[in-house]
Parts: sequence; structure tokens; C-alpha cells
Amino acid sequence: MSAISRRAVARRLSPPERSYGALGVVGTVAALELLTRGEVVASRHFPPPSATFRTLGGLLDSAEFWGDVGSTLQGWGAGLALAFAIAVPLGVTIGSSAVLYRALRVPIEFLRPIPSVALIPLVILVYGSGFESKLFLVVFGASWPLLIQTIYGMQDADPLALDTARAFGLGPVARFARVTLPGAAPYIATGLRISSSVALVLAVTAELVIGADGLGRSISLAQESAAVELMYALVVVTGIVGWLLSSAFAGAERRVLHWHTAHRRLEAAP
Amino acid sequence: MRRRLLAASLELGVPVVLVAGWWLWSTRSESFYYPPLPDILSTFADTWLFERVADDVLPSLARLAAGFTIAAIFGIGLGLALGLSRPARLTLAPTVEFLRAIPTPALIPVAIVLLGIGDTMRVTIIATACVWPILLNAIDGVAGIDTTLVETARSYRVRRLDRVRWVVLPAALPQIFAGMRTSLSVGILVMVVSEMEASTNGIGFFVLQSQRTFAIPEMWSGILLLGILGYALNFGFTRIERRVLRWHRGWRASALGAA
Amino acid sequence: MSLLEVDRLGMHYGQGRRVTEAIRDLSFAVERGELVSVIGPSGCGKTTLLRCIGGLLAPTSGAVVLRGEPVTGPPDEMAVVFQEYNRSLFPWMTVRQNVAFPLRGKGLTKHARRERGEEAIAAVGLTRSLDHYPWELSGGMQQRVAIARALAYQPSVLLMDEPFASVDAQTRADLEDLTLRVRDEFGVTIVLVTHDIDESVYLADRIVVLSPAPGRVQETVRVELPKPRDQIETRTLPEFTELRTHVHRAVKRPPEGV
Repeated sequence: MSAISRRAVARRLSPPERSYGALGVVGTVAALELLTRGEVVASRHFPPPSATFRTLGGLLDSAEFWGDVGSTLQGWGAGLALAFAIAVPLGVTIGSSAVLYRALRVPIEFLRPIPSVALIPLVILVYGSGFESKLFLVVFGASWPLLIQTIYGMQDADPLALDTARAFGLGPVARFARVTLPGAAPYIATGLRISSSVALVLAVTAELVIGADGLGRSISLAQESAAVELMYALVVVTGIVGWLLSSAFAGAERRVLHWHTAHRRLEAAP
Repeated sequence: MRRRLLAASLELGVPVVLVAGWWLWSTRSESFYYPPLPDILSTFADTWLFERVADDVLPSLARLAAGFTIAAIFGIGLGLALGLSRPARLTLAPTVEFLRAIPTPALIPVAIVLLGIGDTMRVTIIATACVWPILLNAIDGVAGIDTTLVETARSYRVRRLDRVRWVVLPAALPQIFAGMRTSLSVGILVMVVSEMEASTNGIGFFVLQSQRTFAIPEMWSGILLLGILGYALNFGFTRIERRVLRWHRGWRASALGAA
Repeated sequence: MSLLEVDRLGMHYGQGRRVTEAIRDLSFAVERGELVSVIGPSGCGKTTLLRCIGGLLAPTSGAVVLRGEPVTGPPDEMAVVFQEYNRSLFPWMTVRQNVAFPLRGKGLTKHARRERGEEAIAAVGLTRSLDHYPWELSGGMQQRVAIARALAYQPSVLLMDEPFASVDAQTRADLEDLTLRVRDEFGVTIVLVTHDIDESVYLADRIVVLSPAPGRVQETVRVELPKPRDQIETRTLPEFTELRTHVHRAVKRPPEGV
């Protein structure tokens, strides 16, 4: 369970409770099936889930489909990796220097709320409609959460732990590697989780608006050509991709947070 | 004293230096895509001060406000219900997990199919994007409420409705606000994208349209406006949050001090 | 008939192999106007007992009887003062609002609620802090607010769960005296759980000593010290020392049959 926190499901699930979730899913799908078959919801707008799943099954044989999935994941992955490579070292540098932080705080506060999608037109001009546009957008958008979280993490270094390390004769480099960085790790893990979801949203957005290859573009095309079942099938796939990625990162984050002391800020679960 | 002066001058100086740098570089450069900053600023004044406000800015903001409000009402309401009922929460958890993992822009074509191209669609998609952070944080906030608070209320036989209104909701409010803050950013993003994809007015539409017609300074002015709006909305929201949650800061400070 | 009766109370948690028995076959009675102190070694189930009495926890066997009626949920005549005032007083409400809040369910007008609240606050000497937030006050003052809140409720039985464990010694002495004063002024019956032997002897009319888990009544000790009690005078009496030694031994004594 990644989104609804462990606290909310803290007590171990009793045997009957274990099946509730599955029941919920089955119930929802069944309800939708009935509503659409009974034309309560017009099925040309919203096909029965069974039809959508059938289309989905068909997609699994399509090379084009997998190409789309690959393109989206490429944009997401390359963008996230680049964002990490840029934002984390930058965050470490800024976060460990009080001077740098004071100097850059205001510009960061101004630049940070800029919706990355505002840059789409500029990106189209400069990079065209291909992969580079998508990459740029993802990198720009995904860098911010990582940067901010890394800075927080660096600043949250436990002074007591640092003093203890110094008392044990550890030099500045060793202190950095053994106390500060591990202390910042949970924040970076949180930043990674947030950035991962931002990266996926921006990748799909780029595909939708700019027309780069990928699931977003195919969904848009399906909608324009009234291939409704295909559109829904692709949306479900996008959801599955999103769910797998967010579960993976949330799981990793939890593991890293597991050993960290309880001095956490109130973090939103996005 | 000198340190403070140094710090203050850094804080003011760096942005000034950056803006000056942008100014100089863009005036020197011949690039078509990066017009001189003075041009952008004058276009900004011409376009946005106050001509297009009614045409584009207000509709954008109205959609955002509507979508966000709907998301807040729905998210907090459902969040309360699910937070209070463990069976309901467990039942809906996987479904909610899956739905909220769908990147909202992917749902724009779906919204177009279901609702056509109009403000209903745009407001709906904004609400859809905004609801998840609020809902999930509301659930967390309610389910994670300190049991002593609830027990106290129960021991005084406070009625269920009063308990929810006066104990559960305030206790969960800090977490809900954290969710709303995320929702705001997400909402702005989706508002812009929905206007770029399927709209005939709005700031997002304007920016993309300017790009298509190669009205570059106008495009930049729109980007600048979006940046300012993003900043202003965040700033305003933080102010409101600080006011409403004044008690929370004080309480945590005293709790941490005592602990 | 006693005001409050605990009748062969038992509470166990868990199922199958992982059963923990907190209290077993616990019985004692409390008369009107008494201050009964419940004391025992760590983990003896004192808090579980109090929660059962207060109707916050349903026992697995036995019953709690208040004025002849079994307790099935928090009774109208009882109020609880918890140990962690920081988590029991509502931080988003002022002192005034906190104290008046439980009176909502009592069918009083807003004006009446306000008045009762102010009276209760005056009784604990915190009129100056009416419009402060609880977390702006010291620990001792916060616990006074909690006591005022209970008083405003006008219960006939006041349950206190290690109420002074989280404050410093001098504040504790003040709060102990406040408790006695409150009992005398308002005639409320008090059941006070504590781990502090001196405190139990100082405050109580009767002390119920529990055995280690699963808790049952090890012994009941009558406290016949003169009233009004005084922090200095009473504590120097030889009877005080005798009683506290007696109770201490009782607490340390292994339960019968072990």
C-alpha cells in the first residue's frame, strides 16, 4: 500500500479484512459493467470494462503498443535520471553551505512554483516535437522536488550525531559520508518518489500536447479517431504503469525511512 | 550586525544580479527565441495589464478555483468517511490507489469524450487532479489521529457529529492542508495543460497560441504571468495556512519542547 | 449500596495462543465522597481498570456498576482526567473553549455553558488564562485546565489516570492539594490511579493495592490520617510513614499462590 499510509492500515489485517480490497475492486468493476451494459452510462462514451479489457489483451500483441510504453518509460527514466544527476549534487552543495542557501533561497522560491508546463511552447520552439522536448520538460519539472528535498535533507543533519562523530575523530569528509549523507537519504528518497510521479505526468503531458511518441500521444489519437475502447485501454495501461512505478518508489522510500529517527516534517502524500 | 547586513544583501543582491544578467544577455543575443527582457516586459504590460485579464486570466483562475473547491469538498468529505471507517478504507484502498496513479493529463481525452470541450470538462479535470492529494492526506490525517484526543471526547459523551466537527476535523486539518498545497500545484499544471489541449481561451491557450503564431514576446509574457501566478497562489495559500493552523505550530513547538 | 462497584472485573486481549490477561477477578467498591487510590507495580493493569470503569473499554468478564446500573459506555456522571494533558486538551481551542466543550451534550444554553466553564476555571485558579491556548501554559497549568474541564462537567465520579506523573514534584504537590480541595468543595467521588506511593497515602481515604499482572486486588488499606491533609504536616506524621511502608510492602509482595 503506497498511497494510503501504513498508519491508516496499521493493525495487521484479520483474515476477513484481507479480502476487502479485492472485493472493492471486483465490486467497482462489476458495477461499471452493469451500468454500461444497461446503458445507464452510454457505452459509446464509456464502454463496458469487459470490452476495455479485451482490447487491452489485444494490445499486448501489438509492437506499436509496446513501443509506446517504451517511449513513455524512456522519457520518464532518462528524465528522472538526469534530474537526479543535476538536482541532488546541486542540492547537496546548496544545502551544506549556509551562504549559498541564503543567496539562492529567493530565486529558488520564485522559480519553484513556475508550472513546468508553462514552458511547453518554448520547448516546442527550441526542441521541436520529438523526444528532446519531452526530456527537457521532464528534467525541468522533476528536478525541483529532488532539489528541495535534498536541501532539506542536508539541513536536517543531526548536530548531535555530527558532534559525536567529530569526538570520535572523524574528519569532515568522513563525517559527510557517514553522518550527513545517510541522514539526508530519507529526504532524497521522498524527493525521488515525488519526482518520479511528476516525471511520469510530464512525460505523458509532453506526449499529449507536444505530440512526442508515447502513450499520451496514442491516447490522444485514439480519442480523435473515436476509437473509444482503445483510448480507455491505453488509459488503464498508463494507470498500471503509474501504479507500478509509484509503488516501487514508495516502497523504497519506506525502507529508507524505516531506520530514520522520527524528526520528519509534515509531508504531503502526493 | 555585519553578518546580518551581509546576509540581507545576498538575499536581495543575488536576484538582482540574476535579473540583470538575463537582461544583458537577452539584449545582446540575436536569438529569435529569447527576446530581450525589456521587450518581454513591455509586451507583458501591454498584454496583461489589464487588457486580457477578463479574456484569459479570469477564466483560468475561475476554472482553477472551481475545480479546486470541488476537489476540496469531495476530498475532505470522502477522506473523513474513509478515515473514520476502517472497513470502508480497506475496501476502497486498491481502487483508489489505482485511480490516483493515472497521470491526470492522460484523462483529458477521456474527459473530452465524456464531457465535450467546454468549461465543464476543464473544471472536472482540474477537480480530478486536485482531489487525490487532498483525499489521501485527509484519510491519513483522520486515521492517524491521536487516540487520546478521541478517547477524551468519547469519555465526555460528545456526540458523533460534534466529535467529527470539533475534534476529528481540526486534528486532521494540518495534514489536509499539506495535501491542499500539493493539490494547488497540480491544479495549476492541469489547468494549463487542459487549456493548451482543448480550449479557446485562458492563459494556457494564449501561451500556446502565441507560440504557434510566432508571437514570441507575447509567449514569454504569458510564461512570465504563469510564473507570477504560480508564485502568488502559493504565497497566498501559505499565508492562509499559517493563519488557520496557528495553533498547530504553537502546539508542536511546546510538545517537542516538553518531549 | 455503594456508589461505584467493580465486580469481578476481568480483561484479556488477543486470541488463541497470544492471550494477555490484564486484570482478573478484580472487585472493590467505592462509597460516595471517597477518594480511592489504586496503586500497583508496573504493568498491573491499572490503566485498563480505569478505562473499564470509565466505560471506554468493555471488560471481557465481570462488570462495573454505577448506582446500581451496569456501565456499558462512558456514563453521564463520570469524567476522566488523563495523564497526557498535551494530548487530551484540544490544541485548537482556547482554555475557555476546552472547558466548555464537553458541556455541549448536556442541553445547556451557550450562556450557561460559558458560565459553568468560567466557574470551573476559577476553582482551579486559572481565570487569567481563559483566552490562552493550552500549549501556551505550563504543564501544571494544563493539567489544571483538564481538571477544570472535568469539574465543569459536574460528574459525581472523577477518574484520574496517573494525572500528576508528567509534572515536576512541586507542581505535583500543588495539584494534589487542588484535588483534595476540589473533592471537599464539590463533594465529588474520586478514583485516582497512581504509581506514586506517597501520593496515594497522602490523598486517599482508601488504597486499593493491585498485584502484578494479571491484576487483582492484593489488599485494601484504610487511610485514617487527619484532615485536612497538609503537604508538610501530614507527611511528617509517624502514621504516614507506617502507612507508606505498609503499602510499599504490599505492592512489592508477590501475589498469593505464586
